[in-house]
Amino acid sequence: MSTLTEAPPPLAPAAPEKKPPRRRGRLTPYWLLLPGILWLVVFFALPMIYQASTSVQTGSLEEGYKVTWHFATYWDALSEYWPQFLRSVAYAASATVLCLLLGYPLAYLIAFRAGRWRNLIMILVIAPFFTSFLIRTLAWKTILADGGPVVGALNTLHVLDVTSWLGWTAGDRVLATPLAVVCGLTYNFLPFMILPLYTSLERIDGRLHEAAGDLYARPFTTFRKVTFPLSMPGVVSGTLLTFIPATGDYVNASLLGSADTGMIGNVIQSQFLRVLDYPTAAALSFILMAAILAMVTVYIRKSGTEDLV
Amino acid sequence: MKTTDATDRGGDVRLSGISKTYGSFTAVHPLDLTVPQGSFFALLGASGCGKTTTLRMIAGLEEPSTGTVHLGDQDVTALPPYKRPVNTVFQSYALFPHLDIFENVAFGLRRRGIKSVKKQVEEMLDLVQLGEQARKKPHQLSGGQQQRVAVARALINHPKVLLLDEPLGALDLKLRRQMQLELKRIQTEVGITFVHVTHDQEEAMTMADTVAVMNGGRVEQLGAPADLYENPRTTFVANFLGTSNLIEAEVDSTSGDDIVVKAAGDKLVLPAERCSAATTTGGKVLVGVRPEKIGLTHADEAGTVPEGRNRITGKIANTSFIGVSTQYVVDCAACPGFEVYVQNIDRDPRLVPGADVVLHWNPAHTFGLDAAQDIDAGVAEEEAA
Repeated sequence: MSTLTEAPPPLAPAAPEKKPPRRRGRLTPYWLLLPGILWLVVFFALPMIYQASTSVQTGSLEEGYKVTWHFATYWDALSEYWPQFLRSVAYAASATVLCLLLGYPLAYLIAFRAGRWRNLIMILVIAPFFTSFLIRTLAWKTILADGGPVVGALNTLHVLDVTSWLGWTAGDRVLATPLAVVCGLTYNFLPFMILPLYTSLERIDGRLHEAAGDLYARPFTTFRKVTFPLSMPGVVSGTLLTFIPATGDYVNASLLGSADTGMIGNVIQSQFLRVLDYPTAAALSFILMAAILAMVTVYIRKSGTEDLV
Repeated sequence: MKTTDATDRGGDVRLSGISKTYGSFTAVHPLDLTVPQGSFFALLGASGCGKTTTLRMIAGLEEPSTGTVHLGDQDVTALPPYKRPVNTVFQSYALFPHLDIFENVAFGLRRRGIKSVKKQVEEMLDLVQLGEQARKKPHQLSGGQQQRVAVARALINHPKVLLLDEPLGALDLKLRRQMQLELKRIQTEVGITFVHVTHDQEEAMTMADTVAVMNGGRVEQLGAPADLYENPRTTFVANFLGTSNLIEAEVDSTSGDDIVVKAAGDKLVLPAERCSAATTTGGKVLVGVRPEKIGLTHADEAGTVPEGRNRITGKIANTSFIGVSTQYVVDCAACPGFEVYVQNIDRDPRLVPGADVVLHWNPAHTFGLDAAQDIDAGVAEEEAA
């Protein structure tokens, strides 16, 4: 009994001492958030506010710009540059579809069939990142050069006749046509498609394939009914990671395209750096952002990936 | 749907000379096995003994290196899994996470082009008591419910053979007991051949009509659970299935149906028909007896032990009270760590560690094994599993 009556006292003084560290601990998560929040404020929120105010300014470079709440800039920009908007969406969508068609089989191969070659193939997928985006895009200029082997081969096979008829190429040229821009976009964003696809394919339990086979599904049915639905998170994030930057891209269109293949990125770039019409450039940027946000929201809703994870 | 006819032999599984090697490693040595139609057959063994590989070769998920697999009269060795009339309940179930319970169960029917699946699926879900959960996703169910979905998903196809790969391994003990009875009930009800892979000897003995004990890619012994338990023919079976006390002894003489052996001065008798080893006078033999067959008497009352029983003396090293019985570990000259289970009917308060005791048992409960084997085979494996 004596041990029982003696036991509580040591606990009593210890209790109040324990409280302060716990209270200090409660703030720790916020301290840890601080660098991220600061980063977002300085590099995201402030530029956005600055850009928003720029888009409703009027004036000229000599006299300076003033905020006059001139929202008409948005309407003017849209009515003048809607072809470039549509072109951007069309090119980016084409490139995304091509990336998916090229990337899915490769990601599937790496995830399920590559065995000990898996790491090597992964390195090959990432390897292009070791050189600059510009150099890689310029390389396509050489690949698709007039009279070069690629164009020659496509000509011999009469592929160019078909693509010219479709309006993707012009005569026996590939360079400076929509096809060249889409090729460049596809090539540059392919790794962004492959990596998320690979991640979500690799996570699929191999026993699910066995279970499907055991339940009378042929290999292709297994793919259609089990593998592909389970890889949807990868398909969605891969297409977003490809489509969003591809829509705003201007490097491919300016290096591989022509005046007729200008994308909205090219317009914004020239408004900012050459025409120096800052309000129009800022308004275009906001329209692009809003358009992408709307498209992405609809897409995610439609693909219904929420309950997949 | 075809119902399985009891006289139909289409559900026999015949493995002839089947083996599997991976490079230089032999997972399954050439094996002949026949599982008769309608039986509940268990492949029992520790992990890595080749039991799952054998099962996967029946399912078609693994290609045998040699030999053939027959289902009834049909040679299915070259058939891919999706063409075999067998279904599998996978370890950890492998339910399709993107489909609800209804669609998981309907999967096999739909793949075979059956359009109106609703009635069948609902009946099957009722059989496994999951009618209410039809529209839930697998991750919303408990382990036991997922397990039942896995069984329903396989059974709805009316396979000739249902293969179960450690189907209860992920469940806790109480649920496992419940599902064992449930599976046994379903098997009796549908009359399909079940081939069940497990490392749990109790599970195998509770559920199966026939148990094949596998070790190192070979079947050590095959038989009804009680037969395997009472008459183990190898030290592995003796130790893996329950517990055995094995005593190294020397054959003293053979008299009629009995063999008399000597172990550290004690003379023990065993029936010749229960000795699986060849016995020559002076030769070594392992004498075995199950812990629950043994009587434990304090040394002071050694005189009360009836004549004609095998007896050895020892000192209690350890006791543990487990409610229904008390387990004693007794150190004897012939066998250190002799285990004895005594029902708690009248407990003798003198039987505490350090007490001198006499162990005695009916000679008919003694079995003999070949002394050339590892006496501890199957002991460590069971603990690891």
